[in-house]
Order: sequence, then structure tokens, then C-alpha cells
Amino acid sequence: MKKVHISTTINGDEVDFLCEPTQTLLDVLRDELHMTGTKEGCGTGDCGACSVTLDGTLVCSCLVLGAEVGDKSIETIEGMAQGEELHPLQQKFIDHVALQCGICTPGLLVASKKLLERNPDPSEEEIRYWLAGNLCRCTGYQKIVEAVADAAQEMRSA
Amino acid sequence: MSKLEARVGIRMPRVDAPETVAGEAMYTDDFYLPGMLFGAVHGSPIAHGRILSIDTSEAEAVTGVKAVITGRDYNHVLAGPFIKDETMFATDRVRYVGEPVAAVAATTPEAAREAASLIEVEYEDLPAVLSIDEALAEDAPVLHEDLASYFCTFEGKGTGNTLCAGDLTEGDVDAAWAECDVIVEQTYETGAQHHLYMEPSGAVAEPDRQGKVTIWSSLQSISLAQQRVAEWVNIPMAKVRMVAPRIGGGFGGKGNAHFQPAAAALALKTGRPVKLMLTRSEDFEMMRSRHPSRVHMKTGAKADGTLVAREFEVILDCGAYADDSPGVVSVAVLMGRGPYRIPNIRARGVGVYTNKLKAGAYRGYGNPQVSFAAEQQLDELAEKLGMDPVDLRLKNTMNDGDRWLGGQPVAVSSAAKCLETARDAATAAPALPDAGPDRKRGLGYALFSAPHGLLSTAANVALRTDGSIAVATGAVDIGQGSDTILQQIVADALKLDLDQISFASQDTDSSPYDWKTAASRVTYMAGQACLNAAIEAREKILVHASDLMEVAPGDLELRDGGKVGIVGIPEKEITFGMIAGRAHYQTGGPVVGASEIMFETPAVDPAVAQSKGLAFSKVGAYSFGAHAVEVEVDEVTGEVEVLRAWCVHDVGRAINPAMVDGQVIGGFVQGLGYALLEEMVWDPDDGRLANPTLMDYKIPTAREMPEIHSIILETPFGDGPHGARGVGEPPIVGAPVAIANAIANAIGKRPTVMPMKPERILDLLDGESA
Repeated sequence: MKKVHISTTINGDEVDFLCEPTQTLLDVLRDELHMTGTKEGCGTGDCGACSVTLDGTLVCSCLVLGAEVGDKSIETIEGMAQGEELHPLQQKFIDHVALQCGICTPGLLVASKKLLERNPDPSEEEIRYWLAGNLCRCTGYQKIVEAVADAAQEMRSA
Repeated sequence: MSKLEARVGIRMPRVDAPETVAGEAMYTDDFYLPGMLFGAVHGSPIAHGRILSIDTSEAEAVTGVKAVITGRDYNHVLAGPFIKDETMFATDRVRYVGEPVAAVAATTPEAAREAASLIEVEYEDLPAVLSIDEALAEDAPVLHEDLASYFCTFEGKGTGNTLCAGDLTEGDVDAAWAECDVIVEQTYETGAQHHLYMEPSGAVAEPDRQGKVTIWSSLQSISLAQQRVAEWVNIPMAKVRMVAPRIGGGFGGKGNAHFQPAAAALALKTGRPVKLMLTRSEDFEMMRSRHPSRVHMKTGAKADGTLVAREFEVILDCGAYADDSPGVVSVAVLMGRGPYRIPNIRARGVGVYTNKLKAGAYRGYGNPQVSFAAEQQLDELAEKLGMDPVDLRLKNTMNDGDRWLGGQPVAVSSAAKCLETARDAATAAPALPDAGPDRKRGLGYALFSAPHGLLSTAANVALRTDGSIAVATGAVDIGQGSDTILQQIVADALKLDLDQISFASQDTDSSPYDWKTAASRVTYMAGQACLNAAIEAREKILVHASDLMEVAPGDLELRDGGKVGIVGIPEKEITFGMIAGRAHYQTGGPVVGASEIMFETPAVDPAVAQSKGLAFSKVGAYSFGAHAVEVEVDEVTGEVEVLRAWCVHDVGRAINPAMVDGQVIGGFVQGLGYALLEEMVWDPDDGRLANPTLMDYKIPTAREMPEIHSIILETPFGDGPHGARGVGEPPIVGAPVAIANAIANAIGKRPTVMPMKPERILDLLDGESA
């Protein structure tokens, strides 16, 4: 099959790549661009480990085709920190020990960031429901929810 | 961390967290090597059959395919930790749907998968056995006709489809029933749970021109995976280098080897690096599960609540290969008395082959299954006796110096303290607002113990020329945080900052031996080895300092940040760097402390118990825990909601309480999934796993998360680094049965089948047995 040439923006950088028409955005990020921060937990849109935003919408990158993302703006975990400076969510995940094995962490961070953009002051329940699409097997979620709430508070007072 | 803070007993972040949150941590699937090929596996489509022929020609013709390998290309080396019954690929017989038959390496993942699907295998169907009853039926087809000739590490190998059977007896059960005023007897069943580590299993293998293959793989033991590659690929261990990258969870499922041999074989055959990652569905179908179980148990007590006798049989459905099953059966037997004094016990444990995915080690290792029965029987007895279930337990808990079932001495028991703490916390909590109509609340308890330890481990602590410290162990951090814990222990012993320590990745070329990240043992075992090695290094450092400073070692002290000073004279001090410089010229190299330890405690005592056919009895040291759980049952839908949980765990000493909380809360929620949601279901018609996706196999989400209170107790147990004990497994032992007891408390009927799904609860409410 002939590869497709795509020009798009990832974390603010203009990026060109070639992909098979069957490759997902997750495949492109990992196999073509070697941006491995976005993880594959299931490949079927059920676990949220591959969460990215596409023109500001939170998506599972395993459910988006690489060929669809031309002239879009994609944000991944690699774009979350500003150089050495971690995003408040990243710092709070560290401080609250809101991660163990860490495979779900990038997706949870991307999803949490989107939540706080939409709702800077979410209730505990709103955090839990928003993150219900991001599976974690290690932590039992409690510390994650606390970290997000703490980050939200810090970002509001900043 | 500032230099003057304590390093042990504090809540501190994980050392590896910064790269995790940045998305920079390197897991197996994150390796992209030059020239790398992609692997795929062809699994059996049928549950039981003979392989008549394998045709790989179509697969080989796919563009980009570089190698196709089958069992015919390798010696039929049988391997397994207890019974050697498994080969790398099925050769003449398949025994479960998904069993690996062949593997492919190609230039793209898509080509590899297409080729794997084009491998033509002709089978002669054999009748399959998919349950314990079918496997044990008199005319059942036998899975392993050569079982009698398989190498086995213990005495209890079975016959027919029984792969192992063992007995443990204390006292005189038959005579004891006459002393009992009340007796309860019931059969309990539990389902198959998948580990569901969020990182699917896989391996990346890179060959070199000296015939050596380096493998990065998601695993729990570099040593066991290395050994299995050597056995199955038929090369010396000297030609196998196993390296642990970051691991995305294990929970027991990655404890023994999985696809490292297949990846290595493809790499050696093609001369190119090969990445072989399972899809999520393949991982469901090809890895391991928790053993489904059937436990028949009978317990008797006197009218005052004194427990007198218990008889039980645990039958575990082991799937198609033995893997860890004999060990799991043994632990189920050893844990069936729980942390109680019951003088008369007769226990039998049986493992049965079935034509399903092999069951293996999974957090708890037989203990959750048998505890599901045992801790419900305590509640059943309490009800019959008109006693409070907590009081009944407290009347019978083990005390300091009592012996575990089989006779292992338990110097310190905090069982009663754990349970009292859980009750106090639950009863002190403010009541929740009333449940709505048709919703019933209940409170349930579980008291439990779990062993941790097992086998050997080692560590090295070396001083580098600038005075920083290099620590090496073979113990792999699979996400629980042991890299941080072990560094805290060494930093504390040497009064260093954590950033003065270089902690080596686990690598069979250079790491000291460790058996496995399993059995809740890394802090307890590798922690002791690291502490011993650090203390040995410290003593050598002080000897060098004594020579350099011309004072007796007894007048010297370690000072924060890698210095040695003279006691009472603050300005008199030298750095570790100066000591390292001297050591290089005086003693021929850096200061090195080394430690090797083996868990060695008397277990089954023939004066106390008669044991026959168990795979092992020296499982480890015991620690205790108790859970109190509040649930709400919807009587219309049968749905159970866990509202609050108070989880008390005595860890001896919490090296890092934040990590303990992580194990407790995470373990409780995994137990909640096991109790209420998760069940692998095999189609009775064709033996296929019916729900190998996260759409159809549900695990708890943030939405189901209850309010969980992790309560840490620190009773000094004597051994363990700073007195620390393991806590990886205990939470999942208590959670399911505490939930079961809470459900029974809510609706007045007792669930005997787990998971306690809504349809089963509705059956219970309708009066049908569930």
C-alpha cells in the first residue's frame, strides 16, 4: 500500500511523516516518530493509556488514523512540561505518589490536563467520573484523584 | 531531600517518578533498535487436539517476513518451575486456545501479524475438559499422558488430570467433631481473574555476532527468564543477557518466563533485533490467570466460640500446564487455617489440568481463594453461636509464639491488634446518610495473614572513587517502588542523600542473584541484603578512615552526605571520596560490601503436623492484616457498591509509608474487582476465552473507587530491614472476603460464588443458591 504524507503540528512543532493508511495515530507516534511517551494498553480504546488531544479534544490515539491528522494540532505527554519545568499536574503526581508502574500515567496526565482546562475547580466526583476512561491497575486511583484536586487548587491560586 | 532528614520511615516520592510523568521512562515496547524486526505469535484456535501438520509456506511468502519458527525447529525441552511439562511451542499437541504454535519475524508489525495468521496447522480434534468436574470425570480425556515421566521437584505429582495432590494434618479431626457444639460446612467457588497489568507482555531481543542475545523484557525475574531462554532456545546461560527495563506491572503474571524465548529464538534466527509484544487480547489468551477454585470446608466450634476443628479440600483449576500451580496449591493449604488457633486440621490440596489458559502465580497465590471460604466460615459460625463475628475471631487469634499450620513458629502475632484497630476505625467513623429505598447496607470483616520471603537474594554496595555509592541487586521493581525503598535503606545506613547513590538496572550480566519479585519479598529479602551489604561497606569505610585519621574506629562516626568524622570534634572529618582514593591503592580497588541471604526458617515440623505431597512448606515469615468494609446492595439490580473500607496492615516498619499506602489501596481495589467484577469466561462449546478485551472484562475504574483508609501498624517483628515485612499481597487476601461478609451482613444471605456479580446477588435474593 502506498504511504500517505501528512503534515501536522505536534506539541507546537510542525511535523511531517509518512504512514500506511491503516496505521493509527498511536502507531505513528510510536513506530514512526518514536514518541514513546504515549502508551498502548489495549489498542481498542478501552484503557485510555494512549490519550492525547487532537485540536483540543481528548481522544484515544489508537482510535484515530494517522492519515486523519493532517493540519491538526496534537498534544501529547511530551509537550506537557515546559523544558525542565514540570506541569503542576506532573509535580503533584510525583508528590502524592499517584503512580506505580507508570504505564497509565501519561494518559492520565493528558486527560487530567484537559479536565482542568474545561473545569478548573472540579469536585472529587467530577474528577473520578472524568478519569473513569483511564484504567490504572496499581494505585486504586485514590492518590491520583487527590493529586488532580491538589493541582487544580494550585493552578487556581497561581 | 535535605541532608539531615531521616531516610527510613518517611513519605518520600519515588526516585523514578520524574521520568514517568514526563513520558520518558523506557518500557519494553519503547525500544526501537536499528534494523529491528517485529514478531507475532500464532496461537492454537482449538482447545485440545493433535497437530497433524504445519505449513508455513504462505506465511513465509508474505512481503517482509524474515523468519517463521515452530516447535519442530527446537529440541522438545520440557520446562516448568515444579513439573516440567511445557515446551516453547506446541509440537504434537495443543491443550488450550491460544497456545503458541509458531512465531514470525517481519519488517513491520502488520506483516508479522498477517504472516502469523497465514500459518496453516492441521489438527485432529480431541475432546476438551473445561472444568474441574470434567477433568476429574472417570472417562475424561487426559491432557498429559506422559505426566508420570515428567521431571517433578516434589513428591506429590498426581495421575490422570490431577497434576498434584498434597495433604497436611494436625491433631485428630475425626475425634474432634464430637467436641463441637456447632459445625458449619459449605462449598465455595471462585473465578479466574486476569492480572491485567496495564503493560501487555513482550520482549525485545538483540543478537550479536558472538551468538549472545540481549533481551529487554517486561518481567518479574531476570534470572528465571534467562534460565528459560537457555533451556528452550538451547544455548548456554552465558549467551543470554536478560535486562529489566521499566516494568508496567506484573502481579505474579510475569513471574515466570513468557515470550522471552520466542523473541530470542527469532532474533538468533534472523540475526536482527526482534520486538515481540502481545496485543491485549493475546495477553489475555496466552499469559496466565488466577486459579479458579472450589473449596469445600467444614469448621466446628464449642458453644463458647472456641474453634476446635477444620477440614477442607482446595481444588484449583490449573489450566493446561502446571507452571506455579503446585506452589499455589501448597500455599492454599498452608493458609487455610488462617491466623487462628485450631488444634485439629485436615487439609487437602489438589491441582487439576484443564484445556484452558494456564493459571499461575497471582498476588495472594492461593490465599485469597481459601480465605474466601475460611473467613466466611468464621462469620457463619458467629451467627450460629449468636456471637459478634469480631469477638469470635479475637477469641481464637494466634498469639505471640504460636505456631503456624504445619508448625512454623510465629514469634510475634499482631492479628488481634489488626482486627481491633479495624473495628475501632469502622465503628468510630460517622454514619453515612441513609441508603435509598431498596438498598441495604452491611459491614463485614476479614482477618488474615500472608507469608513473604522465599529463597535467595543478594546485593552489592560499592564505593566509587568520588565517594558516591553504587548499589546492585537482581530484584526488579515492577511498579511497586522497590528501587526507591532499597535506595532509602542504603542511604540511611550510609547517611547519604539519595542522589549520591547510583542504583543499577537489573541485568544478568552484572547484577547479583535474586530469585524473583514475588511473594511480597523484595523489601523483606532484598532489603535485608542491601542493608547487610551497606553495613559491611560502612565497616570497611570506617577501617580506612581509622587508618587515615589515626584514631580507633570506635571513635569515628558517619556524618551526613558521605563523611566520616571524629566523635565530638566537628571539624575533624574526611569524605568518602578520600577514603575511596585510599582504598584503591591500599586494598586493590573500591570498598565493596556484599550480602547473600536465603530464607531459612523451619516450616513443617513432623512433631506437630503430617505433611505429604506439598510442593513446598517454607514459604516465608508471616504478617497480619484486617479489613472492615461497608457495602451497599441494590436489591433491585443486585449491584454491590463498596462505600468505605478500613484496611489495617502490620508491616513491621514502613520504610516509606506512601509506598505502603500504594500497595494497600491498590491491592484493595484489585481485590474489589476480583470480588465483584472480574471473571474470565471460557465458552463451554469451544473452549475459547469469551471476553479477552477490556470492553468485556471489566476492572474497577476511578468511578467505583470507594473511600479507603489505609491504616499502618508497625509492630517490631525482629527480622527484616528495620523490622519491615512485606505488604504486596496481603491487601488482596482480605478485600474479597470482607466484601462477601459485608454483603451477607446487608442482605442476610451468604454469597458462596465469586465474583459476586449482580446476577448472582439477585439469585441469592431470590433464594436460589449462588
